[in-house]
Amino acid sequence: MNQKDIQAIRAIITRHKRWDMLFGLLGLLALMVGVLTLTVLFADMAIKGAARIDYDFLTSFPSRRAGSAGILSAWVGTILVMLVTAMSAVPLGVAAGVYLEEYAPKNWVTDLIEINVTNLAGVPSIVYGLLALGLFVYKFGFGQSILSAGLTLGLLILPVVIVATRESIRAIPQMVREGAYACGATTWQTVRDHIVPYSSAGILTGVIIGMARAIGETAPIITIGALTFIAFLPPAPYTEVFPYISFEWLMAPFTVMPIQMFNWTSRPEAAFQVNAAAAGFILVLMTLAMNGMAIWLRYRLRRNIKW
Amino acid sequence: MTANAQTMSVPMTSAPDSVSDRLRKRASRHMKERVIEFILFSAASISVLTTAAIVYILVSESLTLFEHVSLWDFLTDTQWTPLFDDAHYGIMVLLSGTLTSSFVALAVALPLGTIIAIWLSEFASFRTREIAKPILELLGGVPTIIYGYFALMVVTPALQYLFPELPGFSLLSAGLVMGIMIIPYVSSLSEDAMRAVPMSLREGSYAMGATRLQTALRTVVPAATSGIASAYILGISRAVGETMILAVAAGMQPNLTFNPAEPGATITSYIVQVALGDLPHGSIGYQTIFAAGLTLMLMTLCFNLLGYYMRKRFREVY
Amino acid sequence: MMTTATEVRSQAKAEVQNLNFHYGAFHALKGINMPVHEKKVTALIGPSGCGKSTLLRCFNRMHDLYPGNRYEGKILLHPDNTNLLDDDVDPIEVRMRISMVFQKPNPFPKSIYENVAYGLRVRGEKRRSVIDERVEQALRGAALWDEVKHRLNELGANLSGGQQQRLCIARALATDPEIILFDEPTSALDPIATASIEELVTELKDKVTILIVTHNMQQAARVSDYTAYMYMGELVEFGLTDQIFIKPQKKETEDYITGRFG
Repeated sequence: MNQKDIQAIRAIITRHKRWDMLFGLLGLLALMVGVLTLTVLFADMAIKGAARIDYDFLTSFPSRRAGSAGILSAWVGTILVMLVTAMSAVPLGVAAGVYLEEYAPKNWVTDLIEINVTNLAGVPSIVYGLLALGLFVYKFGFGQSILSAGLTLGLLILPVVIVATRESIRAIPQMVREGAYACGATTWQTVRDHIVPYSSAGILTGVIIGMARAIGETAPIITIGALTFIAFLPPAPYTEVFPYISFEWLMAPFTVMPIQMFNWTSRPEAAFQVNAAAAGFILVLMTLAMNGMAIWLRYRLRRNIKW
Repeated sequence: MTANAQTMSVPMTSAPDSVSDRLRKRASRHMKERVIEFILFSAASISVLTTAAIVYILVSESLTLFEHVSLWDFLTDTQWTPLFDDAHYGIMVLLSGTLTSSFVALAVALPLGTIIAIWLSEFASFRTREIAKPILELLGGVPTIIYGYFALMVVTPALQYLFPELPGFSLLSAGLVMGIMIIPYVSSLSEDAMRAVPMSLREGSYAMGATRLQTALRTVVPAATSGIASAYILGISRAVGETMILAVAAGMQPNLTFNPAEPGATITSYIVQVALGDLPHGSIGYQTIFAAGLTLMLMTLCFNLLGYYMRKRFREVY
Repeated sequence: MMTTATEVRSQAKAEVQNLNFHYGAFHALKGINMPVHEKKVTALIGPSGCGKSTLLRCFNRMHDLYPGNRYEGKILLHPDNTNLLDDDVDPIEVRMRISMVFQKPNPFPKSIYENVAYGLRVRGEKRRSVIDERVEQALRGAALWDEVKHRLNELGANLSGGQQQRLCIARALATDPEIILFDEPTSALDPIATASIEELVTELKDKVTILIVTHNMQQAARVSDYTAYMYMGELVEFGLTDQIFIKPQKKETEDYITGRFG
């Protein structure tokens, strides 16, 4: 190739490389939009809400006066609702995931279930709210209770748990199953002794991500008609007399953190906006902590497991 | 049948009560396995039941509404005032809000999400990717009510600084924030699709003297088209179904408009608005939210199924 | 071989000089010296893992795509004496001058036409008439034109394995390269397709310099003019193919060629 052709090629390459560089910058810029949003959002709530976050804020009920209002009933409600959510979604989701990976025959029923799981993962959360309103609140008569809310969010995160279970089961190599079967184990023994234990960290990651999503869900809980002004706590889960344990709290009215925040956000007074920022800051901390935990868990998992 | 077979086999084997313990244990083990399988199957069928229950509740409650309102009016009326004395039930009004805000959101999320996906998959080093992906995940993990607050308290004032005539509630500000929220959904699935493109194709392109960008745009992206399309569909479905950002920052008055600078109600924010009031169970106003929900469900169902088949297709290619 | 060194240099298209290559801590190529003769076919043979593909991939700097690789030494490309491995030489420029055909056919998920036109488009060629002409030329050069001229808009992946590989050869030809690198081009093909590719390689050497890696000694004997035998990252012997196969200078080469080893 003569010198002139080489010069021509070099000119073309220089031009193309410039585009490469531009795109490199563009990608960084696009990512910065996300980082910047997270930073500003976090900083805004921290600065506005910091003044309100103290012991009293955590231990007071909501009030008509912004200065003395707190989030006691909200965070207690959130914990109780999450409890119901976890109790319903985890066993169901893991069982369904195990069935689909280890038992399900290849037929139309399995296909139907799979399409359904995929579809449910994409159903807007507010539709779950409508389902709960029609089914749990009125048909089953659970009312606007912790039970209704917990089950609703449980259904909402069920696809997340199922998908996480299936993915971590799929990561287990076939030789582990063959090893177990070769020892004479039944399917259930293989699942109980090998499949579930080995995939538990992956399942846990999925559960945490699902719970982090549930904890911030507002729309379905508003839809079932949860009250927003709750100045009392649900009955305690234990009693003085036999049987010492009580499930009355399941049927109690409640509020949760995102609802409390929504309530304050929609007030016109500036003082309540400060409360909203403070509640939002705590809520973001909760979800970021859970997401962070899941990311860390997954990172560790990937480093430790070598099949 | 079993009993019959047993009596027939009597002459050939010893009496039935002498079946060995080992065999009996096997029979009971078989039973236990079947019971467990059935329990697990029931758990898996919950997903089908949930879908069925959603369809049943939405359709049955909507039917009561359609006894009072004709489907034609529902689809063509240009007013949505179910709570007024002069009630109109034109879903178009809510649809216009949903479409406008989704359009704004997608105008943000699709380009940015795609750029980030290409950048992460083809340009970024391993280390950069390890840092960037968790950040994007966190972006998708922030509760939407927080984004709503952010849109109302930070983005709207910032936009008003640029465009002083922008009202305090607008589809624009809600849509922009919604777009940022959707970026991770678009970028993560698109990136997965691009990384599934085999290295041999990239090598083929680089061997021809292509630059990174040329390889990305001319070889990797075309090869990952169906995966990227399914990421887009997921993004659209998220935008259409998003609720709280709109309920907080877009105002909730029904408004037949395609101008993002105006406030407006969407299908989702209307449901929130009704749920916040105290409409009696069984009233017409109460039934309208199920009809709105049904419309929403049908829209997202179409997107989800389309996305499902697209995803299946791109998995099959390699 | 040593006696003909001066004569060899005068016709060399490229020259490897004291080339060392490292994959991280692994010393994959050790002090390689050899010429690549202009408009001839040079075959690289040797047992798996001997470094023949690694050496081939140095010629178009494919190793630059992956982190942790290091070159030492030179590959000079004549007549302008550019050191292909020099840090200042852009790998993209190298790849524009030297094309490659891979082990497994890897047509892009595009039409037959677009596959062949790819290299031209990458160079920014926009004139439809030029592209049309070059695509036809390249497809003819790859003996594929008659089979595909009526379905240029079909996907490249719809062709048979042998046709796909010829499509990849057409893709490599379209940009008028100075050298074409073949990395075991027939290892994924059946015997009939293999024969057609071999025939094609022999025809192409009138126009272009060819470097081919093969695990099949008969193939090397059939298609190449020069052969290099490599073992454990070192070049054991280089010479005219006839000479290597009939009267190898080294014992190791003889053992490998006669099948006593490898």
